[in-house]
Amino acid sequence: MMRKLFNIFKIPLIIGLLCVPLMTVLDHNHEADAFSNQVIQKGATGDDVIELQARLQYIGFYKGKIDGVFGWGTYWAVRNFQHEFGLTVDGLVGSEMKAKLNKATKYDPSIKQKVNKGESPKNYGGTSGGDGGTKATQGKNTPAGYSQNDIKLMANAVYGEARGEPYEGQVAVAAVILNRVQSSSFPNTVSGVIFEPRAFTAVSDGQIWLTPNDRAKEAVLDAVNGWDPSGEALYYFNPNTATSGWIWTRPQIKRIGKHIFCE
Amino acid sequence: MIRSILIGALAIGVVSTSYWGYKEHQEKNAVLINAENNYQRAFHELNFHVDALEEKIGSTLAMSSRARLSPALAEVWRLTSEAQNDVGQLPLTLMPFNKTEEFLSNIGQFSYRVAVRDLDEKPLSDDEYDTLKKLHKHATEIKNELRKVQAMVINHNLRWMDVELALASEKQAQDNTIIDGFKTVDKQVEGYSDVNWGPEVTQLNEKKENLSNNVLGEKVTEDEAKKAVIDYLDIESDAKIDITSTGEKAGYQAYSLSIENPKNKSSVNLDVTKKGAHPIWILMDRKIGKQKISLNEAASKAEAFLKEHDISNMVISESSQYDKMGVFTFVYQQDDINIYPDAVHVKVALDNGDIAGYESIEYLTNHQKRELPKPAMSREEALAQINESVQIMEEGLGVIRNDLNEEVLCYEFMGTIDNETYRIFINAENLREEKVEKMDGTETNYDEL
Repeated sequence: MMRKLFNIFKIPLIIGLLCVPLMTVLDHNHEADAFSNQVIQKGATGDDVIELQARLQYIGFYKGKIDGVFGWGTYWAVRNFQHEFGLTVDGLVGSEMKAKLNKATKYDPSIKQKVNKGESPKNYGGTSGGDGGTKATQGKNTPAGYSQNDIKLMANAVYGEARGEPYEGQVAVAAVILNRVQSSSFPNTVSGVIFEPRAFTAVSDGQIWLTPNDRAKEAVLDAVNGWDPSGEALYYFNPNTATSGWIWTRPQIKRIGKHIFCE
Repeated sequence: MIRSILIGALAIGVVSTSYWGYKEHQEKNAVLINAENNYQRAFHELNFHVDALEEKIGSTLAMSSRARLSPALAEVWRLTSEAQNDVGQLPLTLMPFNKTEEFLSNIGQFSYRVAVRDLDEKPLSDDEYDTLKKLHKHATEIKNELRKVQAMVINHNLRWMDVELALASEKQAQDNTIIDGFKTVDKQVEGYSDVNWGPEVTQLNEKKENLSNNVLGEKVTEDEAKKAVIDYLDIESDAKIDITSTGEKAGYQAYSLSIENPKNKSSVNLDVTKKGAHPIWILMDRKIGKQKISLNEAASKAEAFLKEHDISNMVISESSQYDKMGVFTFVYQQDDINIYPDAVHVKVALDNGDIAGYESIEYLTNHQKRELPKPAMSREEALAQINESVQIMEEGLGVIRNDLNEEVLCYEFMGTIDNETYRIFINAENLREEKVEKMDGTETNYDEL
């Protein structure tokens, strides 16, 4: 009799014991639904960063824009959070920090779509952002000292000048523009160099206004980030169509595709 | 009947065509005149600014009070930049006028350096006074030469559009008066070797990097370079490699190699130094697929790549994700001090973690064994130099290159004011605020607007 009774008690007990891990699994699934498994570090972009910023803003650590770019503002917010919650302060968002964030904050996944569409949702989590409420628009990494528009303008010039050239030839053309900006015998701005009369044939004949492809943009980014396949050249020319005799007197560095690069 | 209709139609045709042609001609003329006027404006302004420049430099010579000298030199600096701006708007790019442009830029730098200096503490030296005197003399010569050209342009109604045409058709001898005038000016400037610019300006004029400095190793042949590259990139020894050498007269001495890999439709291009066959830059060109790895994993791939190639003690100083690429800047670290001039860049494809690019010219030309001094000043003393509204978030020691292109040991502070982040370098020797940078790096994506 005693045994039977015990059995009756056993069943809910077993069910109850089974439920505990099951629930944690469910709970865990819920978490994994949001952040992906990656360790998020400074400079990253994407949905995980949007979630990170939204969650940090929810508890008042992050006051900037929710833009999906892990910039300096996000970096300091992460470090402050790590400090406050007793984690190692390294600015890296790993599984431990994600778990703490999940526990401490709420996240509405619809904010992702809103940010990606460029809409500005209302204040998130009731904190008032640094510049009068939260502004959420998608952001982008840009190399220090250059705006996206500078990069686009250069991509236009590179595409107009060298779209048929090998990739490193396109990077080299972008590098020449940057070398000229640095040089004392040329204008000091990207637009000044590009639009200097007679400097680039693509500017004179209007080919600069063709829509550049992604390759040209990538080439410009590489040049801006430090790559210089031209060998520090200030000039280049196509030997088949060059009209100036003077250009031949410059010390030549190398030839890439159809262009000869010189000092 | 039909005949007269035909004649009538033709007549109307002829009249309307000629009217259309006349309109087109008028429009074309309007555009040409507009372009010509822009050139004329830039040219006459150039003359005006060079005139004013000569006058200003001249008046600084007679100044005794330091309180007057600084603003006057600041004015000189402004005028040189105006004149440079004018030159930039004239069609002179493919013509020898670069010596003059360089000269203007040097005057600008020289006057700026002196103008911002505390002249009570460090008055104008005799050398500098002498430099100013010579600058005045040369500015007068340039002014006179340009005035001659200006007078001819006005007296003979010379057009800058003709300069464009003359430069475009190189075959016929260039007997364009304006071109000749500018050539004369540039010839003259070429002879100005007597100006002592002082150490600052000379250094700034040096090329960005000099590949013959500091690069270790013996000069290698093309075959040796090929072998080194096969070893470096770990490719098959019978891979098809194109190799060319840079021009004999170029300051940049390197071999350029190109390796096709038909298997995965990619190609690798790189330059290696002639001395020691060190890669200067590598670029891989292939289609990058969907992002599969995180920026953090990419960072470890980049780190592993550097380790594998014996570039040790490097720490990440910057990391950024651009669509499907992760780009990292590493700097050398010596005794926990970041040596910012010794930097390399690594680009990692985020689809499979391949190293898509490597760039090391700064590391190659700057890296050396350094004796780092102990900071003469304490951290607290350095901290006291910083603007009070900056909230310090992170700090350390770092070596940077200052305005005078010298390597200096600094206390490095990262701090914020509201939502902006700043990096401030305070010289550890004399507490000079060497550099204050506002850290940017993100911008609204205007494509999505």
